[in-house]
Amino acid sequence: MTGAKIRQHIAFSVLGAVTLLIVVPILLVVLYVVVNGVGAISWEFLTAAPRQGMKAGGIFPAIVGTVLLVIGTMLFSLPLGVLAAVYLVEYASDDLLTRMVKLSVVNLSGIPSIVYGLFGFTVFVLLLHLGTSILAGSLTLAIMSLPVIITASKEALESVPFTYREISLSLGASRWQTVRYCVLPYAIPGILTGTVLSLSRAAGETAPILFTVAAFYLPRLPHSVFDQVMALPYHLYVISTQVPNIPIEISFATALVLVALVFLMNLISIILRAHFRKKRLW
Amino acid sequence: MPRKISEFIIELCIKLSGYAVVVFVFLVFLFLLRDSLSLFRHYPVSDFLFGTEWLPVSDPPKFGVVPLLLGSIFVTVWAILICVPLGVGSAMFISEVAPKPLKHVLKSLVEILASIPSVVLGFLGIIWLGPVLRNVFGLATGMCGLTGSLLLAFMALPTIISISEDALTGVPRAYREAAFGLGATRWQTLWRIILPSASSGILAAVMLGVGRVVGETMVVMMVTGNAPVMPGSILKPLRTLTATIAGEMGETVGGSEHYFALFAVGIVLFVITFSINFVADLFLRRARK
Amino acid sequence: MVEEPVIKTVDLSCYFGPLQVLKSINIEIPHNELLGIIGPANSGKTTFLRALNRLNYLHRTYSQTGRILLDGCDISSIGDNLLRKKIGIIFALPQVLPISIFDNVAYGPKVHGTTDKKTVGRIVEEALKKAYLWDEVKDRLREPAVRLSGGQQQRLCIARTLAVEPELILYDEPCSGLDPISTAKVEDAMQKLKASYTQILVTNNTSQASRVSERCAFFLMGELVEIGATKTLFTNPKDKRTDDYITGKFG
Repeated sequence: MTGAKIRQHIAFSVLGAVTLLIVVPILLVVLYVVVNGVGAISWEFLTAAPRQGMKAGGIFPAIVGTVLLVIGTMLFSLPLGVLAAVYLVEYASDDLLTRMVKLSVVNLSGIPSIVYGLFGFTVFVLLLHLGTSILAGSLTLAIMSLPVIITASKEALESVPFTYREISLSLGASRWQTVRYCVLPYAIPGILTGTVLSLSRAAGETAPILFTVAAFYLPRLPHSVFDQVMALPYHLYVISTQVPNIPIEISFATALVLVALVFLMNLISIILRAHFRKKRLW
Repeated sequence: MPRKISEFIIELCIKLSGYAVVVFVFLVFLFLLRDSLSLFRHYPVSDFLFGTEWLPVSDPPKFGVVPLLLGSIFVTVWAILICVPLGVGSAMFISEVAPKPLKHVLKSLVEILASIPSVVLGFLGIIWLGPVLRNVFGLATGMCGLTGSLLLAFMALPTIISISEDALTGVPRAYREAAFGLGATRWQTLWRIILPSASSGILAAVMLGVGRVVGETMVVMMVTGNAPVMPGSILKPLRTLTATIAGEMGETVGGSEHYFALFAVGIVLFVITFSINFVADLFLRRARK
Repeated sequence: MVEEPVIKTVDLSCYFGPLQVLKSINIEIPHNELLGIIGPANSGKTTFLRALNRLNYLHRTYSQTGRILLDGCDISSIGDNLLRKKIGIIFALPQVLPISIFDNVAYGPKVHGTTDKKTVGRIVEEALKKAYLWDEVKDRLREPAVRLSGGQQQRLCIARTLAVEPELILYDEPCSGLDPISTAKVEDAMQKLKASYTQILVTNNTSQASRVSERCAFFLMGELVEIGATKTLFTNPKDKRTDDYITGKFG
């Protein structure tokens, strides 16, 4: 082997080792949580309310709380995000306002989650008098999820062939008719995939819900959107840091349920993406 | 015609949705600013920005942000030192060396990492990584800056890997073909041609990774020890900007100086991450050209 | 009474950014004429067509000066929807929507407000007949349009345009992607449409222009060099440049 080939061999091996150094911990982390947590998973754990200050019983209210928050986030962020993406792709001209909108999307995605928490507290909880509630939490998470939904929707809309719009406009359709009949229907797969991904992130977030909705020990289920609610990420945080003497399996099991929920949503998004790629019409 | 009217309304909603995004950014900044300014009515800005003591419950309270700022900086620098070589290295491997099926597997694994909630990693830091580091370095407590840096490095990897990988695969084929035509090996091509021409994108990836690390809350709150003192060694407990807000908010009384001080910390965070993301976006645009 | 020409352009000049693509075009096109437009690439032929139904404005840098009159009316006073209903266009490559044959043709009437199923069905059938496609597709109207051959798709595009009842049909090199048999079928349709429609055909193929058009215009680098009866233009052109192009000295 020539000197250059030897160097290449070494270099590629180093890169491979580096990659392994990253990949192995990922698998180990997942396995670690699964192995240690699966023991405490039982039907009761998943469906019962907590008892004895979390030392016994289950985490059902936390699961319900997380699900409610995800639904609430979707209700607020999906319509707004898709319409904003439609604006950017179909209606915006190349002027200062459009550049500001694009810049704002970038900025929103860079704001730390705790800052969203502060904003949500000051605006939704206090200013709008919603109190710490599912509503306040969902609104906070929704603003946080907007950039991801907008970006995914934008890509989905841009991937629809331009000729569809040209055909529609040349037949005399209006801009909205063109969007409605010739663009949006074909962008829905991409929009859906991006939305599910964004919601899976929202499900795992703790910081935005710290001051806007989360409660620790709330054995009963919420009655209305103005109620506080338990949530899986917050629950895990509290039992790992603030409550002594909780059996470690319960903590692991809580972590496992959260990870499983997030992975499930990710898996759905991946399946959707593969399914629609096969059915692609162009 | 009713159709014309309903179309007008829909198009109005679309335009408003676009503008709403801009409005939200302004609102976030404005509301943070409003409550921060309440602090500065009685507490001097210079004491806040340059003070080296963060003692919110002492009498009189001290709200110097420097220990928190340095805490964030320490943790970020160490995290970046760890994750940039690892991240860019893997990106190179995934994009240029790995065969196609392996590439898909690796990218999926990276996506899995990206989806692990931060609170779970914080939990693992408390349970496993902290004690390990305590034994390895013989520390009093494993809840120190290094624990945070390691976990943060792990969390920032997907950002760095995926954006760097995009930058590397985005290098025009013509460059590679020219290099091979001249007899270069794949490694020589990668090191001397592809990597340099992807540098804008990789730089943007690093900056976005930094932004992610600086903005992370749960991990640092759970494992870095929460000691709002001037940080000395990375092996001792410290406090970041994010953990301060999250940790102390529950203890404040609405309308008190402490309460407003936390918003001031929030503004500092906002400005830092805003600037980082702004510059990173400039680099990304340059890379796309 | 002298009839108004269908299309009249007055000093029409078109620009993409600072680049002037058409220079002061003055043309009149009477009813039921099939006007051929020939010339080498980048002469502005496509730009001219698309100026008539304002499709050029889809490009962000486009601007124009001069006037365009449709039936004596300045088109700037006609809304986009109505203008593009009256002036239909067939593009160079057959472009169909990824829906059924029936729905492709029905799209135009739908967006202009025709909802009654029977009416739409009748319109679709008539349009397909006029485009000489009905017999070939009448038993498979619900099949995806993408399954048709290139020539059939192009005739589908003609049917789609006819379904909105235009006055003027524009063709932008419609047979460039088609085999000779499909080309013949499209030219056949054009001939038979002369009775009820005015048509403008942009083509790179001078033989095609001489086959179907009554008058022909020669565009070169944005200028209307010469316009006249097709036979005369091809056998005895007034301008040397026209002669050079037709005899193949360039182009």
